Amino acid sequence: MKVRVYVSLKNGVLDPQGRAIRHSLEGLGFSGVSDVRAGRLIELEVDETVTDARLDDMCRKLLANMVIENYRIERVAA
Amino acid sequence: MNGLRCAVVTFPGSNCDRDMAVALEAVSGEAPFRVWHGDAELPERLDFIALPGGFSYGDYLRSGAMAARSPIMRAVVAAAGRGVPVLGVCNGFQILTEAGLLPGALMRNAGIRFVCRDVALTVGNTRSLFTSGYAGGRRIRMPVAHHDGNYFADEATLDHLEGEGRVAFRYAEAVNGSARDIAGVLNEAGNVLGMMPHPERMIEQAQGGSDGRALFESALRGLVGA
Repeated sequence: MKVRVYVSLKNGVLDPQGRAIRHSLEGLGFSGVSDVRAGRLIELEVDETVTDARLDDMCRKLLANMVIENYRIERVAA
Repeated sequence: MNGLRCAVVTFPGSNCDRDMAVALEAVSGEAPFRVWHGDAELPERLDFIALPGGFSYGDYLRSGAMAARSPIMRAVVAAAGRGVPVLGVCNGFQILTEAGLLPGALMRNAGIRFVCRDVALTVGNTRSLFTSGYAGGRRIRMPVAHHDGNYFADEATLDHLEGEGRVAFRYAEAVNGSARDIAGVLNEAGNVLGMMPHPERMIEQAQGGSDGRALFESALRGLVGA
């Protein structure tokens, strides 16, 4: 089964990369974009023995840095 | 400083490990042990452990994230818990935060660009194991070379660090957007220091300055006869 983990910066944490992307969009003539936040998508292929609790553990121990990031786990139906 | 037992850990992608070893030998007179990231154990009875700069594991996932979970780090965390002094410079600082030995995180520089130059620093606490040699509050100069040196912690943590004198070094100029200009922090017990500037690259005049030497002298002198 496929699992998607979305890692994003917490609210209030300045995102220099997002800011640079916004400036680039502006430079390309795309107006109306007031903010950009860049995150990370991690896709895992797991078997049925991997519980939600284990996935949660993976996120906390490695996939996300809980000081600055949030994560969201999504199981993708086959 | 005869008989001092120091170790430098090398991760895949470390590139300041040799500089660190040369600095430790220059100050202590003893060549440090060289330890590989995949080793499960450190040499016995270590007096000092250094995590060098570089780009361990190609900065995959986050700077320092993979190295912090490598086998040797379990031994480093255990040694730090026993009170063995641990110094992490640049990528070493990133590894220490990722391993949970120091609070906060090091994010992409606020100006996006890699910063590689000498910067002015002030010493935030001249009573720590690593900084007692900087008494007098003078400005010092050390090189930085990093992309992810923008120190972040929540306000409560920052207040706590400042209140306890755990800000070891501050930037005296704009460098990377670090919260409260923090360049280096100590753990609660004072035996773990992480810093972005490179003291090991300022040991003798031939390197353009020697402001880093006092850090090693402070830390290693404190260990003699300990």
